Amino acid sequence: MSENVTNLTDATFDEVVNGASEPVVVDFWAEWCGPCKMIAPILDEIADEQGDAVKVTKINVDENPSIAQRFGVMSIPTLLVFRDGEVDKRIVGAKGKAQLLEEIGI
Amino acid sequence: MSDSTIHDVLILGSGPAGLTAAIYTARASLEPLVLEGEPSSTGDQPGGQLMLTTEVENFPGFPEGIMGPELMMGFRDQASRFGADLQTVKASKVDLSERPYKVWVGDPEAAEPTYLAHTLIISTGATALMLDLPNEQRLLGHGVSTCATCDGFFFRDQDIAVIGGGDSAMEEATFLTKFAKTVTIIHRRDEFRASKIMQDRALANPKINVMWNSQVTDVIGDQTVEKVLIEDTVTGEASELPVTGVFVAIGHRPNTDLFVGQLDMKDNGYLITQAPSTRTNVEGVFACGDVQDDTYRQAISAAGSGCMAAIDAERWLEDNVHG
Repeated sequence: MSENVTNLTDATFDEVVNGASEPVVVDFWAEWCGPCKMIAPILDEIADEQGDAVKVTKINVDENPSIAQRFGVMSIPTLLVFRDGEVDKRIVGAKGKAQLLEEIGI
Repeated sequence: MSDSTIHDVLILGSGPAGLTAAIYTARASLEPLVLEGEPSSTGDQPGGQLMLTTEVENFPGFPEGIMGPELMMGFRDQASRFGADLQTVKASKVDLSERPYKVWVGDPEAAEPTYLAHTLIISTGATALMLDLPNEQRLLGHGVSTCATCDGFFFRDQDIAVIGGGDSAMEEATFLTKFAKTVTIIHRRDEFRASKIMQDRALANPKINVMWNSQVTDVIGDQTVEKVLIEDTVTGEASELPVTGVFVAIGHRPNTDLFVGQLDMKDNGYLITQAPSTRTNVEGVFACGDVQDDTYRQAISAAGSGCMAAIDAERWLEDNVHG
């Protein structure tokens, strides 16, 4: 995982997401999910390339079920894009890099 | 990122067929370029349909079974080890009207192709079909799922449905009983197409019920799935089944849109190859795996045809390019 990607937990989620001035991408994933593993390197690249334009984070739904539940995540990978602490975009299912960048809106 | 090299072998797709072709052509020092595809959750992705499955029990050489994604990582590592160049991109256009063949990645309207190749091995596989119902797309990710292994976890102690009657439907239904309270298999005929072992396993599971002769006509739910509407295919009678999850496993369609008008295909879209070979109607263009197989559709038969395509391509290069 890239050092520019932040691992979130049920305990740290609110502080990180609400405290950010830039858009925050949260990748809901789990170890058993093949498509989640496929997009992980793409999110690493996005984090490395975008610098301060976006904050890339991920949360393991197996270990942190309550945040997934709060946002009604029923399918992974799901990416939620937060702007000013609010969900601005919900991206369901694995996608290629160009499409992800377009849907995230950066 | 146009590249003026003419590749000996360009492989489209990276399931068992494409990666076996890559292993063979790489070992033959043909330095294959593999456009392995882009991530998705439908089966049309790097590693192919096995990336969405759990345990594969019938791939020879793994007596205890192996997880689908793990098997495909093994294929990929083996291809890399012999020097195959794997690119995580998807072709957007091909031009097979003259040699060398042209392949575009990204903007299909770009004047110059991204890659040129003497031979193409087409192993683009197949994509899971959706039901094409009014509310299906809207509720995708909100109870409607194309990936049981990804999403089963979210349906703990709930009543859910699997739609379909083939091996995939049986596998998903059986897998989902680990989480769900009940799993109802909804099938439009009065018998399954699945293999006997998969049917027997599903039917013996106390959590699994079957609704025969039943067609789903819509998925209902405001924010998330609440029920499915069903029509009896014999009597036409309408009914509904309250479920919170709907897993769709009704079959696949071949990924052949790129080749329409260029390669011969059957009415159902599968590419036609000239048995006993993997040749298509275009010289130096070979097809293997599910993209040309509407009969067997197994990982091992796909891998076998990938090997055949690699040998066919190697011989064709000797006769026409390097000879």
